[in-house]
Amino acid sequence: MAKTLFQKVWEAHTVRQLPNGQTQLFIGTHLIHEVTSPQAFGMLRDLGLKVKFPHRTFATVDHIVPTNELKEPYSDPIAQEMIEALRKNTKDYGIRFFDTSTGMQGIVHMVGPEQGITQPGTTIACGDSHTATHGAFGAIAFGIGTTQVRDVLATQTLSLSPLKVRRIEVNGKLRPGVYAKDVILHIIRDLGVNGGIGFAYEYAGSTFDNFSLEERMTVCNMSIEGGARCGYVNPDEKTFEYIKGRPYAPKGADWDAAVVRWKSFASDPDCKYDDIKVYRAEDIRPTVTWGITPGQAIFIDEKMPALETLNAADRATAEDAYKHMKLSPSTPIKGTKVDVAFLGSCTNGRISDLREVAKYLKGHKVSPTVKAIVVPGSQLTAIQAVKEGLDKVFIDAGFEWRGAGCSMCLAMNPDKLVGDQLCASSSNRNFKGRQGSQTGRTVLMSPLMVAAAAITGKVSDAREIFKV
Amino acid sequence: MSLAKITQVKAPALAVPGDDIDTDRIIPARFLRCVTFEGLGEHAFRDERTGPDGKDRPHPLNSEQAARIAKDKKGVMVVGFNFGCGSSREHAPQSLWRFGFTALVGGSFAEIFFGNSTALGVPCVTLSKDDLAELNDFVQKNPGTEVAIDLEKMTVSAGGKTWKASIPASARESLISGKWDPIADLLEGSLAIEKTAQSLAYVAK
Repeated sequence: MAKTLFQKVWEAHTVRQLPNGQTQLFIGTHLIHEVTSPQAFGMLRDLGLKVKFPHRTFATVDHIVPTNELKEPYSDPIAQEMIEALRKNTKDYGIRFFDTSTGMQGIVHMVGPEQGITQPGTTIACGDSHTATHGAFGAIAFGIGTTQVRDVLATQTLSLSPLKVRRIEVNGKLRPGVYAKDVILHIIRDLGVNGGIGFAYEYAGSTFDNFSLEERMTVCNMSIEGGARCGYVNPDEKTFEYIKGRPYAPKGADWDAAVVRWKSFASDPDCKYDDIKVYRAEDIRPTVTWGITPGQAIFIDEKMPALETLNAADRATAEDAYKHMKLSPSTPIKGTKVDVAFLGSCTNGRISDLREVAKYLKGHKVSPTVKAIVVPGSQLTAIQAVKEGLDKVFIDAGFEWRGAGCSMCLAMNPDKLVGDQLCASSSNRNFKGRQGSQTGRTVLMSPLMVAAAAITGKVSDAREIFKV
Repeated sequence: MSLAKITQVKAPALAVPGDDIDTDRIIPARFLRCVTFEGLGEHAFRDERTGPDGKDRPHPLNSEQAARIAKDKKGVMVVGFNFGCGSSREHAPQSLWRFGFTALVGGSFAEIFFGNSTALGVPCVTLSKDDLAELNDFVQKNPGTEVAIDLEKMTVSAGGKTWKASIPASARESLISGKWDPIADLLEGSLAIEKTAQSLAYVAK
């Protein structure tokens, strides 16, 4: 019978059926970080359990790392306590830790791919909802809670129910100035922030075939913002090319065998999907959010929706959103004053994001009224960017060049909004208070749109500012 | 490890209306700077409850009924649709549970939040849109009213009315059989786990 990648991976990793009817699913790769793991190690100790397969868990530190402090102890003693707890836990249990001193530390969803740990046909879990990022490689990857982190540490398995699969096809060529970020914001706008509950999203079509792995990661990353716990792209030659030669990639004869195996996991051409959605790439324009959920989004040249055009359920959230954002229905978002520009995060903090922005940024200056920061998602990305001189381009334009981490995406570190500042952000969530100030405001957009906002001090159309 | 069989939750209800209430709102990220879950209860919905000036704002969790729930550690939160969306932080259900909420009734729940809650023994049951509106209305008009969730009959009752409730079959089974923490069942699969590990080329050493 023809099967989807999801079904094939699920079957290959099924340990047994549990009494409650769920599947005991083997988790081949477990990624941990400092925020959601300390309590799990605590539970492990309380129960007197060991880590079953220490070589299948990999750790890094990202959420609490200050991006402008290199020396420890950090000025935030709690951050210091958290990083030390992770050092102790990984040492006690023999887990590989990509610590800040290794030159390989970074956001957990960047470290896995960079090291070649993220591979097709595998199951990946992490105590972080953006774990779907790894689906870009044809892995079934999803976020879990801390009790489940304990379950994976102790047994390398989870108790789970299978998901339905929705194929989301995007075909054709994106117009200039339109990026992977716009594609996923457009999909979430259309299907809703809860449209993906119960589904894995399979992204496909010629647009995805042409996307680089980094672009695929940007889309898969935000699956959870559409309610889908997991999203993936079928593996292809580009996937194998990306993995080849990385530290944890199979070598020699193992490599050839791995490629054969990886190919076999791709969805069969005649497989059945629970749902199919199709989009045309040329219909998508640069997209920005105007509200407090990632689904509250419009094209940059559209007006924000009138309340009466929304259904009753959406209207209450929209009213709340307009109040919080201090924006008005039926007006353009273009021209809205911006105070902070944040370029980074597991959605858009990769080398291709930095390269694309740097390409257009030369000769431009950040508006004096804007605080602009650029945060490479990983140390390897930062090193590569410096090698290419990208840091200079950003610094010359007036951006602050920072160290690797989650930074202002969620403000568990010193990078935070103040008061009701409005941030043009390449991150993934515009929830109330997300960026560290309860009255702070977030407008999500692509990296180039963030640069346009930084330069003009306003929400702007990057295609006009940079003559894209 | 023996856990309580959760077949019924009968407790005073508190309505926290609104759809798409995300985990950042339930527990702001700054409270995730910790290595234990202790003390999270008092910070549930912190930024909704306290203004930038440090003063209390009108919020259901600042009410007398909420204070009673916090004191008795017994309460049912009535919520909207897509509750708990956003991050995977278990800190969110931990904060509600530690505040005193022992069950939730809503229109729908985000999956990771739902799983995290179930693993704490906190049932999250859903009602149809119309039934939820009716319950919500009743709870708001009758603060502190008792709501009963029956996981065997799959009903929610309040004020002499009873509605049909839903919960995924596996979660229901786990709760009523006292196996909502899956660790014991997972550990029992030890031999089968080894077998699966050996069948996976990328796992076998």
